[in-house]
Amino acid sequence: MKKKWIALSLFSITAILLAGCENPLLILDPKGPQAKILSETILFSIAIMAGILFVVYVLYTVVLVKYRASKLDDDYEPPHEEGNKWLEIIWTAIPVIIVIVLSVVTVSSTSKVEQKSVAYADEKPMVIYASSSNWKWHFSYPEEGIETVNYVNFPANRPIEFRLYSFGPITSFWIPQLAGQKYAMSDMVNTIHMSADVPGSFIGKNSNFSGEGFAKMEFEAQSLSDADYKEWVNDVKTTAPKLTEDEFDELIEAEHVGRKTYSSNHLEFKPAPEGENSGHNHGGNTSTEDQHEDHEDMDMDMDMDMDHDAH
Amino acid sequence: MKWDEFFVTGEPMIYAAMVSIVVVSLAIPIALTYFKKWNWLWTNWLTTVDHKKIGVMYILAALLMLFRGGVDAILMRAQTAVPDNGLLDGQHYNEIFTTHGVVMILFMAMPFIIGLMNVVIPLQIGARDVAFPRLNAVSFWLFFSGAMLFNISFVIGGSPDAGWSAYFPLASLEFSPTVGNNYYAIALQIAGIGTLLTGINFLVTILKMRAPGMTLMKMPMFTWSVLITNVIIVFAFPVLTVALALMTLDRQFGTQFFAMQSGGMDMLWANLFWVWGHPEVYIVILPAFGIYSEIISTFARKNLYGYKSMVVSMVAISLLSFVVWAHHFYTMGHGVMVNSVFSITTMAIAIPTGVKIFNWLFTLRKGKISFTTPMLYSLAFIPIFTIGGVTGVMLAMASADYQYHNTMFLVAHFHYVLIPGTVFAVIAGFHFWFPKVFGFMLNEKLGKLSFWFIAISFNVTFFPLFILGLNGMTRRMYTYSESTGYGPLNMLSMVGAVGLTIGFIILVYNIYWSVRYSPRNIKSDPWDARSLEWSTHSPVPEYNFALIPTVNRLDAHWFAKKEGKPLATGKYEPIHMPNNSGLPIIMGAAFFFWGFFMVFSWWIPAIVFGVVILGTLAYRTFEKDHGHYISVEEIERTEKALRGEQHEN
Repeated sequence: MKKKWIALSLFSITAILLAGCENPLLILDPKGPQAKILSETILFSIAIMAGILFVVYVLYTVVLVKYRASKLDDDYEPPHEEGNKWLEIIWTAIPVIIVIVLSVVTVSSTSKVEQKSVAYADEKPMVIYASSSNWKWHFSYPEEGIETVNYVNFPANRPIEFRLYSFGPITSFWIPQLAGQKYAMSDMVNTIHMSADVPGSFIGKNSNFSGEGFAKMEFEAQSLSDADYKEWVNDVKTTAPKLTEDEFDELIEAEHVGRKTYSSNHLEFKPAPEGENSGHNHGGNTSTEDQHEDHEDMDMDMDMDMDHDAH
Repeated sequence: MKWDEFFVTGEPMIYAAMVSIVVVSLAIPIALTYFKKWNWLWTNWLTTVDHKKIGVMYILAALLMLFRGGVDAILMRAQTAVPDNGLLDGQHYNEIFTTHGVVMILFMAMPFIIGLMNVVIPLQIGARDVAFPRLNAVSFWLFFSGAMLFNISFVIGGSPDAGWSAYFPLASLEFSPTVGNNYYAIALQIAGIGTLLTGINFLVTILKMRAPGMTLMKMPMFTWSVLITNVIIVFAFPVLTVALALMTLDRQFGTQFFAMQSGGMDMLWANLFWVWGHPEVYIVILPAFGIYSEIISTFARKNLYGYKSMVVSMVAISLLSFVVWAHHFYTMGHGVMVNSVFSITTMAIAIPTGVKIFNWLFTLRKGKISFTTPMLYSLAFIPIFTIGGVTGVMLAMASADYQYHNTMFLVAHFHYVLIPGTVFAVIAGFHFWFPKVFGFMLNEKLGKLSFWFIAISFNVTFFPLFILGLNGMTRRMYTYSESTGYGPLNMLSMVGAVGLTIGFIILVYNIYWSVRYSPRNIKSDPWDARSLEWSTHSPVPEYNFALIPTVNRLDAHWFAKKEGKPLATGKYEPIHMPNNSGLPIIMGAAFFFWGFFMVFSWWIPAIVFGVVILGTLAYRTFEKDHGHYISVEEIERTEKALRGEQHEN
């Protein structure tokens, strides 16, 4: 039976490919609690889906082997079947149950990854603003008063709250091994919660197509031990230049730049689009204080933060 | 605007495209003149209002667009086959994946489906044409103008480059300053109006023109699927019309609906786009379900299992299709509540879809399965599409989608849905109904050969993308570095793409071979099928049915064959038929030029052609055209000739 061979070979190709990867697949190799929840959710859904595929493939193989014309008598005439109430109830009810189970898993995992991990429940999260312009990322540290471009360092074992926005097209901020992605947009701030369980270097990228240089819009996310992090911050504060408004405007206009480090950040002269500077509230958990403000108020405030394109 | 901005320059591939466009557009009129075919083309095809011929033209155009979209696809796969490849630059790659998406969905899948609808639906319900034949021709020519307008962007002015979903602010004038996205807005607008008219036309046709005795629950499943599809079209397409109009206003008239400043909302575009875009997915998939239902029950020689639950599940899918759109941007940052609601509605779609899969399996059970080419595609659909379906459920889970969103996993998923779903279905339907339209069959050997190439290569091309996605490879990257380790699987995918190309070449060769050599003396019902279209001659005469059949049950034609009782009796009467008209193609041309000048903001010629469009509408309003009658003698002559050619029937 050729179909069966296709199915079998498909599975074996998958197995070989999965086994052939020396490193586990990025998404299934989490290094932080949020990514771990997502990886578990994904593996759980793959298991259920494999079960469904198995049932369908077995039924499929059986009917195709048993009821092919070449194996049946010439005078065999297939019966007229309208359907079967009980069978139809079964194959409606079982998927309903599966969907209910998956819904519970989805709702609980979604709400878990949308907040600080329970492991760090009583720690104050460290806030880092990540904003995109053309094909680069700016990271502003309000607590430390420093800013970096195209790389971000943060302490391991501490909850981090990334606040995302964009100076242009929609981008999507993503560090696959630490947490799922979220959009960075020009008129509001989104929040991602994450933490790294170990010191290490992770790939970060924009996953949302944003124009010509999109493919190269990557950054390094590095989690450091507390001591290393403090040392790095001190280094930056003492050795890095200040970020002036003029220089920042130039930086925004540039297409690609390498890594940059500054001992002040742009939030002072160009605040993020949140609170009184926000353009819109999309109704989500932007984790800013303005969540309950109504729309009209924000629309009036909106041109304040967006005048960068007017120069 | 300077000439070097008007024409796209600087790429050898584009010069080659220009040369070939010039050569083809010179060769066609020269050939037509040389063979003295102008008159034939005009009277038989360009001015036709016959649903069968319009259907054939739709399918021809769709095949042409399949070629165009396929070349885009091959270029994309070739570019990403090896790390740091320099075959295409970033801008060119961006234009290619944008046009690939638009062309494949709107100018290939849709017209192919609508073409089959045109050919089959009136025959399947025992009607002599659609409700509004002239409108049907207008629909076709609007689609065709839109498609041609979109395609010339490649050489004149530059193609859209913001993805097929054209998210703002990327698609705004600020970030996409070429005319590319003007083409997108105007060309889709013109084609979209055509589709909306088709929706209305077929809705009325199916509701009002069924043969006597054919109640709704006695309609063939394909007709049911098309009825539901057209309801979706009528509800969804106005949203696209509005969204595209706002896009044009933003880009060309200085409004700020989707802008970053002055109170514009970028995500408003995303919402409007997917409020249309998600139902659109079901517009191309439901008719495919209908086609598979027909083919599976025909070649299992068994009635469709669970007919009622098939209908109910399609209605359920159509309703759900309007309440899932936000799953395209879970990552936009709406809260847990909104994401959960959309996750659940999305997963719920799996239930009626699962019901359909099991009904097909149980149609096959106790059947007598023969493996013809259309049946092979339908059988391959079940296991491959199920992979697309279950990965869809995985993507529906909002939390997990934070990791799949924008990755190759998503790309693999929707190709696993759209190719075995829609593409296999239209190819299967093409093989299945080909003899009905042309009176000869496509070669089965070549058909099966191309099937195996396509089915296997499809999996080789797209399965690796699931793994690449799980490994963090994002979509729409024109290149990647070697250190990512994405190289080998992308190369494997390229190998599959080459196999797919070979499969499609064999398919085209099969058409050529069959036109030349396939035997012409087939019976009217070569597949021993079940529904009404097989009760009239192959090829179908202009008037479809000399006598309108009377239907008393589902699969009436099948039982009439078994019981040896004809479905239609009585004496021939003169048949009233609509007249051909040149107006639709003139209107289509006017729309094309209007659109072209709109794209470049050349207002005066745009206004001139806008007036021409209004003129054609006004002309039609005052035109007196009562159609014509086919006389009884002519019907007798045609019927005798058709019977004479067919030896046994």
